Amino acid sequence: MFRGIKEWLLSLKNEGVEQVPDETKREFLKIGLIITGVFAGGSLFSVVSKVAEGLASPEELHKGYPYKPHYSMVFKLDRCIDCELCMEACRKTNHVPDYGWRTMILRRHDETALDQKTLFMPILCNHCNNPPCVRACPTKATYKDKKTGIVRMAYYKCLGCKTCMVACPYNARYFNEEKHAVDKCDFCWESRLSKGMTITACAEACPAGVRIFGDLSDPGSEVYQLVHQLAKPVWVLKPETGARPNVFYTIS
Amino acid sequence: MSEKKNPVATEAEVTTFSQTWLSSLLEFLSGTKAFYFLVGLSALVVLLAAMFGVNAMHIGFRHAYGVYREIPWGLLISGYVFFVVTSTGLCIVSSIGHVFGVKSFIPIAKRSVYLSVVTIVAGFMVIFFDVENPFRLPIWNTLSPNFTSNIWWMGTLYGAYLFFMTLEFILLLLEKHRYAMLSGLLGLISGVAAHSNLGAVFGMLHGREFWYGPYMPIYFIASAAASGCTAIIFFTYLGYKITGERMDRAMEMSLQAVGKIWALFLAVLMFFTTWKLITGLAGGEGKVLAIKELLAGKYALNFWLFEVGFGLLIPFFLLLLSGFRNLNQMFAASVFAFIGIFFMRVDLVVVGQIVSHFFEYKVTDFPVLLKYSPSIYEIMVVVGATAFCIMAFLIGEKVFKGHKTEIH
Repeated sequence: MFRGIKEWLLSLKNEGVEQVPDETKREFLKIGLIITGVFAGGSLFSVVSKVAEGLASPEELHKGYPYKPHYSMVFKLDRCIDCELCMEACRKTNHVPDYGWRTMILRRHDETALDQKTLFMPILCNHCNNPPCVRACPTKATYKDKKTGIVRMAYYKCLGCKTCMVACPYNARYFNEEKHAVDKCDFCWESRLSKGMTITACAEACPAGVRIFGDLSDPGSEVYQLVHQLAKPVWVLKPETGARPNVFYTIS
Repeated sequence: MSEKKNPVATEAEVTTFSQTWLSSLLEFLSGTKAFYFLVGLSALVVLLAAMFGVNAMHIGFRHAYGVYREIPWGLLISGYVFFVVTSTGLCIVSSIGHVFGVKSFIPIAKRSVYLSVVTIVAGFMVIFFDVENPFRLPIWNTLSPNFTSNIWWMGTLYGAYLFFMTLEFILLLLEKHRYAMLSGLLGLISGVAAHSNLGAVFGMLHGREFWYGPYMPIYFIASAAASGCTAIIFFTYLGYKITGERMDRAMEMSLQAVGKIWALFLAVLMFFTTWKLITGLAGGEGKVLAIKELLAGKYALNFWLFEVGFGLLIPFFLLLLSGFRNLNQMFAASVFAFIGIFFMRVDLVVVGQIVSHFFEYKVTDFPVLLKYSPSIYEIMVVVGATAFCIMAFLIGEKVFKGHKTEIH
């Protein structure tokens, strides 16, 4: 009785996921998560990043960290499935208007790739150690927090000259009309960390464990362990700008 | 020239000062119909532009202007650069006479100083409608200065520049040439420092390949000198056309000298532009993309026709053709150059931002090359600032009687 069904099942061809619209992927994932509570994202789309875009400078990593805690985020890139729960959590937590974003997921697409054609790449402010935006701001409205290394905003000082937006190599800034100032990711400092929470809203919301947030100067933290190893590539975006970001990318 | 050592103004001097203003007012009231018509018309355009600007502030720049997150600087920053380059240029070129005492440059001094004040004010008018919170500027620029920021230095030094140039003009009117020279020197120093900082605003953005490097501050100064010559020839010629007065020999000689310096700086700019392109094409991928867009893409017309043709080659050859004597040809050269220079500023500002941030990662969320087109609001603000310059020029010619200078 079941033989027919088994044969029918075996005869089905894998249609692949290339043609499935993102909306469907997201819906599917949400359903799966709700029903089972089990995450299946990483293995479905796993791929090794084809080229390491540039390794984080080793001296910078081993020189010791100028901040304590030295907040940092590491992305396990292959795990991201573009469910955008991180973006949603960020919007809600930090009151980000619909015309702006503090974090987003970029879609990399390459038809000539030998494996999967698409890879998702989340981005946010890189909280650089040599931030071009901070140097350029005329009124110190944006500044590097002396304790945590977070690039923060003193909204009331912002002139709205938008030099920081032009200066940022990562497109991490936008002008927020409600705040009458440029707004950006602050690793949820104002909304969460300053209130005693230890993790950003996006990292908490990510069902796939893509976003690992923590103190890079603490050898016991996961971010420390992910960055201080040689077996897997760890890279930063646009290292050539010399901004020395504190957001790293790796694979799981 | 005053013989007194005491810089405090005496009663006689105060009287002279108030007489100057009174005679200026009387002069203004004695205009012809055509004068009032042109001044009124440009005032109307200024008013209209101000209404556009205020409306843009009210509805929010995001809705009113063509700039957006990825291209935050557009026509207004280009316009600002255009006006302040012209102002600095007027100051640099005219300083040869009134600061460094080269006789042949003295006749152009008063008009140049006056116009450098006018154009810097026009620049400030444009930036007023570009910055989202202009009223916070004087407060936080003073209370929370960032000394590593070129924008801070530029803003502060241009503030000083406006002060010194205005003071110099007043001192020139009062025939206090020694103090005028000192003020002019301070104006020149702050102007050149401010202007090279404006270049550095672009040149020191280490995330922006197209601009990054020492080229920008140097280019800005050379470009200012060329713009200054353009403005002097353009406005002096017009000044004499308006009144129908015959130019005296000294003024003719002066314009010839300006023309020669102009030709020199046009050649310098051609040289600079050529090497900017050649080095750019051998640069990083992002820079190559931008330069190719400028040479053969959407900005090719801007570049070849306006920047190279109108801005550099046509004025250069018209100048050579004129033999630095035919003022009509020199004036024609300045008209072409003014148009060309405006496009130079637009290209400089916009092309520096068109390459998408993450193009090298083959990101599909943004095109490799971003687009920008100015909105009517942005266009009107720049038109308004231009109308302001025309209006102030006309009033200046009338009130200060053609900016005549006696050579001492």
